[in-house]
Amino acid sequence: MQFMIVFKETDAEVARKDDPTAAPAYWGAWGAYMNAMQDSGIMVSGNALQPPRTATHIRVEGGKRQVQDGPFADTYEHLGGYVIVKADSLDEALEWASRAPCASAGSVEVRPVLPPPTAA
Amino acid sequence: MSHEAKAAAERVARDCYGRLVARLAWQWRDLAAAEDALSDAFAAALRHWPEQGVPNAPEAWLATAAQRRLLHHARHIRLTLDPRVIALLDETEPEAPEPQAVPDARLQLMFVCAHPAIFANVHAPLMLQAVLGLDAKVIASAFLVSPTAMAQRLVRGKANIRDAGLRFETPEAHELPARLAAVLDAIYAAYTLGRGVVDSPAEDLREEALFLAKLTAQLLPSQAEAWGLLALLLHAEARRSAQFDSEGRFVPLHMQNPKEWREELISEAEEALWTAAGLRQPGPFQIEAAIQSAHAQRRATGQTPWRAIAQLYGVLVQHHPSLGARVGEAVARAEAGDPQFAVGLLDALPADATTYAPYWVARAHVLKMADADGQRAALLKAIGLTSDPRVRDFLVAQLG
Repeated sequence: MQFMIVFKETDAEVARKDDPTAAPAYWGAWGAYMNAMQDSGIMVSGNALQPPRTATHIRVEGGKRQVQDGPFADTYEHLGGYVIVKADSLDEALEWASRAPCASAGSVEVRPVLPPPTAA
Repeated sequence: MSHEAKAAAERVARDCYGRLVARLAWQWRDLAAAEDALSDAFAAALRHWPEQGVPNAPEAWLATAAQRRLLHHARHIRLTLDPRVIALLDETEPEAPEPQAVPDARLQLMFVCAHPAIFANVHAPLMLQAVLGLDAKVIASAFLVSPTAMAQRLVRGKANIRDAGLRFETPEAHELPARLAAVLDAIYAAYTLGRGVVDSPAEDLREEALFLAKLTAQLLPSQAEAWGLLALLLHAEARRSAQFDSEGRFVPLHMQNPKEWREELISEAEEALWTAAGLRQPGPFQIEAAIQSAHAQRRATGQTPWRAIAQLYGVLVQHHPSLGARVGEAVARAEAGDPQFAVGLLDALPADATTYAPYWVARAHVLKMADADGQRAALLKAIGLTSDPRVRDFLVAQLG
């Protein structure tokens, strides 16, 4: 079974990426986590994302297109990245999710990947 | 008044929840129904006690209320032909277990929950719910399982109990050690989940597990392993607050100030271990407790007796080669002066060690002592695998 593990970070956690005193620990923890997942053979694919301020949102409302820079102002947690893992069970995926550095500084969402519909 | 009633209900819940569930489940041969009825009875207590006052015998009040509820339910589903139900309708006392066969209903319940017919990974959750009435959601968080999946496992476990007709009786003398081992393993699993985790449901679990360990030792005082487990948990408990400094940073055992260990808990642990030793039935929990007891000597002598600890681990590994024991043995051998040998021990561990964070912590430590390469890589692995943020911060700081 494949699962997507989605990493969400708080504003404070996002700020650590560029803070010279906090950045080494931040990147050290994430690098170690991603490598551990890679080494275990569980990881199918995944990416970290550029910070939320680099986002661009687009929405069509009443036939009118709206484009907005950055995250929505009231968003408290930001999408930081994701991985797709191949696990035997949800339990196993949860175990890996709990090891993510943002589990204690944000949250982690785990969802089964919907297999593509097979032609009948 | 309402506050008083609530406090009384909580006190009764803590004291007799497991006893009541066990009794009802025994009478009705249905654990899930017994739990439902009792939870209704508690809800009724919270409605009635504030107005009518707390009854003189709250446990009996709850038992009667739950009994009535079960009866009502049984009538409802037309089970009235069941002789058990007819007996109850006649208001005669239902068949009761022989007193000597039932030292305590809660113990019975623990044995049923840890029955070989039930999957081992459900033993501890089932016990926590059945004996202590913990919420399935809390249990799910502690065991890192989705709440829906945990609820399903609990329901399935109870259906197993019902379908297999597992009887609420004490195991025969010859099967007691094996059955008790399953009970103790489940209590230990609950405790280790709670250890070191602050501000989470697992924190409560630690106290509940300690309570169950005490209860088991009290109810089966001639079983050395029950005392061994209690001693082990008390030693861990004694050092718990020393695990973190005033700023919440993780402090590994060798850097802890023994003055911060809780003397009264250490004494209690030592007493339990003495009781166990007097029974002359060696077992893994007693050996683990003896290892923790050796660590506690540093409080008095300022020294950790690593050679003795390494020997104890050697015995433990010989009989019970768990991953944790083998990692512990390697560290003890290194500390006792043979880091090269320790590296060899770690190299020989099975592949499942590679996703076990303590293995990599130990490896980094032992490689450093052996003055060998690979320390940094091992630390990085440990960082990637730990789920405790404070341990992670500690390890990241070690990277330098």
